[in-house]
Amino acid sequence: MTSISMTVNGRPISAEVEPRTLLVEFLRENLHLTGTHVGCDTSQCGACVVHLDGAAVKSCTMLAVQADGGAVTTIEGLAPAGRLHPMQEAFREHHGLQCGFCTPGMIMTAVDMVARLGTELDETTIRENLDGNLCRCTGYHNIVKAVAAGAHAMNPAALAAE
Amino acid sequence: MYAFDYQRPSALDEAVALLRDLDEPKVLAGGQTLLPTLKQRLAQPGSLVDLSRIPGLSGIERRGEGLFIGAMARHAQVATSPLVQEVIPALAELAGMIGDPAVRNRGTLGGSIANNDPTADYPAACLGLGASIVTNARTLVADDFFTGLFETALGEDELVVGVEFPAPARAGYAKFRNPASRYAMAGAFVAQMADGVRVAITGAGQGGVFRWAEAEEALHADFRPESIAELTLDASDIMSDLHGSADYRAQLVKVMTLRALVAALR
Repeated sequence: MTSISMTVNGRPISAEVEPRTLLVEFLRENLHLTGTHVGCDTSQCGACVVHLDGAAVKSCTMLAVQADGGAVTTIEGLAPAGRLHPMQEAFREHHGLQCGFCTPGMIMTAVDMVARLGTELDETTIRENLDGNLCRCTGYHNIVKAVAAGAHAMNPAALAAE
Repeated sequence: MYAFDYQRPSALDEAVALLRDLDEPKVLAGGQTLLPTLKQRLAQPGSLVDLSRIPGLSGIERRGEGLFIGAMARHAQVATSPLVQEVIPALAELAGMIGDPAVRNRGTLGGSIANNDPTADYPAACLGLGASIVTNARTLVADDFFTGLFETALGEDELVVGVEFPAPARAGYAKFRNPASRYAMAGAFVAQMADGVRVAITGAGQGGVFRWAEAEEALHADFRPESIAELTLDASDIMSDLHGSADYRAQLVKVMTLRALVAALR
């Protein structure tokens, strides 16, 4: 067993884990943060995307021990309890989901996209950057619309106008 | 995954000593290939030696006319580095085409070349630019480093520290991606260097990355698409699998070489 410490959604966590424990297993099974999903389990679908030190990572392709000392944000940590993050709100508003399985990963990828590329994203950029996230229901059309709207809503000027 | 021990050395010589002393160790860099491999139980290492906390392995700096990029530099870091974009823009573009954004946030240059997947992108850049691979023990030219399918000249206790990339006059990279795996079904790196033209092909060779000598000669004589328009790549050493036959891939190599050339001429 290996001792690890990290912050998850701002909360300090310490635990003993087997080295082979995946970060996604640690989040779901030890911390009961089941918003992060396991889809393909082969690094392709992106349902497991979380942020590690501010960057999107596939938590099924990382060991929990590799996140030791880091800051992890999951879908549960995006907005205070009972409220929606602007990107979550945009997915609701624009029907960016059907079954919802891929949605946490889509949203974490979209928020990472805004952090890297800004709040005004065109369709090509969004589609290129959703490359690592698969959806089996929507045909992506409304996801792309949701990401554009959610990104725009994250513009500080738009937030201030609320 | 099978169980393994986990070691996280904080210095390079400590990592080398661990590789020498541990039973069946494997090096963990970004883990974007290693972890899927372990999850499928295709490997059963006794220990993983995680290089992520060794300081000084992820820098990007000017070295002479070219660049030195540390082994632990992440693909996203190389893709967005203003220095790489200025000195070898084709290398920044190549790094930005690997996997997907989340994979690029974890995967590393050193991990990619030490694994030498026959469909990976970085081996084409190293061979195409005539890069030198710096290890803890020696410096190897790329032509001597990549020795076969998933095979390199690295010793059991030898680690890639970084790669020296000479700056090309012009260079371009193009690949045809497998849409599921995002690996190259054929990729070509074309570079016009001070001492000639180099064309490195990935995704297609049965023995991994290779140089296409006929294309190099033709482009050395005249660096234009017309120079290679009549060439065909001999398909006898080209991979054939469910994604494409050898003949199909040989044709794809030529198309990617042309596209890489057009990118270099842009």
